[in-house]
Amino acid sequence: MTTDNRKEILKRGAIWAFILVELAFFSIIGDRLSVSDKAFMDYANMLLLLKQSAPIGIIALGMTIIMINGNIDLSVGATFALAAIVLLDSMTWPFMQALGDWAIPLAWVFALLTGATLGAINGLIVWKTGVDAFIVTLGSMLGFRGLVFMFNGEQPTSHLNWTLVDFAEGHFLGLHTPTWFLLCAALVLWLLMTRTVHGRNAYAIGNNREAAVNAGIRVGPHMLLNFILIGFLAALSAVVFYSESGSVNPNDGMLFELWAITAVVLGGTKLAGGYGSIISTLGGVIAIQLLRKGLGHIGADTQTVNLVIGLILIAVLILDRQLNRKGQGELKI
Amino acid sequence: MTDPTPVLRLEGIVKSFPGVRALDGVSFDVRPGEVHALMGENGAGKSTLMKVLGGIHAPNEGKIFIAEEPVVMTSPMQAKAKGVVFIHQELSLADELTVAENIFLGELPLKSFGRVDWAKLYARTDAILKKLNVRFTAKTRVGDLSIANQQMVEIGRALTVSPRAVIFDEPTASLTDAEKVVLFDVIADLQSQGVGIVYISHRMEEVFKITDRISVLRDGQYRGTLITADTDEDEVTKLMIGRSLDLSRNESHHEMGDVALEVRGLSCGTLFQDVDFAVRKGEVLGFYGLVGAGRTEIAETIFGLRNPTAGQIYLNGREVRIHSPIDAVRMGISLVPEDRKGQGLVLSMNCRDNMTLPQVDDMTAGPFVSDGAEIAIFDQYRDKLDIRTPGWRQLVGNLSGGNQQKIVIGKWLSMRPDVLIVDEPTRGIDVGSKSEIHSLIRDLAAQGFAVIVISSEMPEVLHVSDRIVAMYSGKVMREFTSEEVTEDNLIQAISGITEKVA
Repeated sequence: MTTDNRKEILKRGAIWAFILVELAFFSIIGDRLSVSDKAFMDYANMLLLLKQSAPIGIIALGMTIIMINGNIDLSVGATFALAAIVLLDSMTWPFMQALGDWAIPLAWVFALLTGATLGAINGLIVWKTGVDAFIVTLGSMLGFRGLVFMFNGEQPTSHLNWTLVDFAEGHFLGLHTPTWFLLCAALVLWLLMTRTVHGRNAYAIGNNREAAVNAGIRVGPHMLLNFILIGFLAALSAVVFYSESGSVNPNDGMLFELWAITAVVLGGTKLAGGYGSIISTLGGVIAIQLLRKGLGHIGADTQTVNLVIGLILIAVLILDRQLNRKGQGELKI
Repeated sequence: MTDPTPVLRLEGIVKSFPGVRALDGVSFDVRPGEVHALMGENGAGKSTLMKVLGGIHAPNEGKIFIAEEPVVMTSPMQAKAKGVVFIHQELSLADELTVAENIFLGELPLKSFGRVDWAKLYARTDAILKKLNVRFTAKTRVGDLSIANQQMVEIGRALTVSPRAVIFDEPTASLTDAEKVVLFDVIADLQSQGVGIVYISHRMEEVFKITDRISVLRDGQYRGTLITADTDEDEVTKLMIGRSLDLSRNESHHEMGDVALEVRGLSCGTLFQDVDFAVRKGEVLGFYGLVGAGRTEIAETIFGLRNPTAGQIYLNGREVRIHSPIDAVRMGISLVPEDRKGQGLVLSMNCRDNMTLPQVDDMTAGPFVSDGAEIAIFDQYRDKLDIRTPGWRQLVGNLSGGNQQKIVIGKWLSMRPDVLIVDEPTRGIDVGSKSEIHSLIRDLAAQGFAVIVISSEMPEVLHVSDRIVAMYSGKVMREFTSEEVTEDNLIQAISGITEKVA
């Protein structure tokens, strides 16, 4: 019992220990190699780091619940771009312009509805056809991205609303607006997954689908709800990011799905489903962002950063497998 | 019986799958407060019947009544709502979740906004666990429990609602004697509340101890219902297999050669400890024991699928280390695995390709696989083993169980092994093909192969073996020669009872 508990604590705490190691590494060794003379552990720098974590972080939170449920969603990057286009373009519509700044919340609602709808499409297909979520969302990833390009060709879609930018760049109680969105989303989803029946059933479905069916859990609706949630969150991520930048490139959000999955896996969620936690994913997101920023701080270029993150991801999974081995007598397959 | 209205009644249930009539006019009823045993050999249709009851399969014909009201079962949830609860044999648990969540899976107590009422959940679970008299708590992760304790969690599920009928599917398969007592108490308790119980089991002893009536299925057909108090094991057996149990022992003995495989002090973690045995060329060594006694794990270790934690393996007198199945095959050990369809065959490939699978690497003509060599091997073993198939192009998935097993055996014989390990050779195979496989095993031994047969069926072990190793909970209890073995001493050995010194 106690060894199991200890293992559990080790598993849950690993990502935070990793973050501490990163912080120590970059502030001690990093500052010696640094290309700038600013300290890495600077308060403003850390706040910025949290803010920059928000777009992928919000998507990764959604990916966590999808993966706990035993599915995967590859279409989040395209959903993100499409929701961003709806957000920015809707503000140029005549009736919206007539509303003045009241157009902003309405544009948000439009964008979020777009995301939820796209998620619902994925979820319905997965539920009603029984096709694997990987294939369904691979298809919708291409399809949704097609819609993005159909909208404006290769041209970016732009609309700057200064009230919106002010809000997005603002601070509240010392934290950036996007950080608040990230933290609030994490809190709500954490409550959802740990406190509600929907959350617990999602774990059960991902863990042992047959057992869930045998117990009379309706698998389909739970999966649909989770897909709607991740669509919504991808749109929320777009709302947070593009309120500030005001311009969408049709290629924006590409590979977001993979970064989100990386963060989720780094946080210890099982690819096969049934195990994982929202809080650990938050750790995974911060760990990746720290690594990016830290390596940038000591002058490494993007390619090196990607290489290092890739290596660390694989190392983490090897470590996880070793921790989960059932001793020497394990069946070799 | 206090109330004559059956809680559950089946009438003329027919269920066919393509090519098989899995259930053919099955009728029986369960009265309140009754324990009704459902017996039959493997493949007799018990599990199909359960799936029909649980709404997983829709019957082609026939009716189900609950308390004399006709119902159509569409899902396990609906069955549970109507008061029919299943305790599954294969554990249907989510091992990352807690005991409490598993017991109340699908019906977690609610608060407002869909929140889980944890306090209520744990309180109710604690009450159930107290009744089950187990030593784990509601918050234990199910994956950390032993198989027996997981089975207790499964049983706990029956106690969450007030059911009308509870169906236990082989509940004691992995329980110790002490845990069985608890289970029987639980059953008696349910009984006193007027719940009807369907008890599926192979174990005569239990069935005669706790049941009121016994219904028997054979090959999908209902063979009749007996009153437990008025019948005996022999009558039930006759109904089950259509004749008295053939406990004849192997009589034919042939010349035996040198020791082909010897194992000394072999251990593998908690799976089995300190196992010694030897098998000679021309000998059939039977391994008999309950499920989970470690027989399959020994075979897997010898075949290089598991790393032993201690002990030595000697092949033809030389110590060998086997790290993988590749090593094992090269050294002349072959394993016909327990799960024919899952582990032994690629069902979507044809007969020839399945048979040549382990050696297709060596059968090339230039850069391509040599068709001729493959067909030659297939033809040779088809004739030798009398495999009945329209041709080598036939997909293995379309063959009968007996012919599938022959393909697996042929596959390994074509590798020319010294030692052939056969795990549950006749599981899910009809009676006629069974005896064919048995004589095939005897023939192989006569040709000089050392054969190890692992089986859970006593007649089979008695019938084919020259010697029998009885295992209990990872240990070799005793070795018998075919002369000294009796039904009684074998059963005692596999139940962990060391022989009383008379």
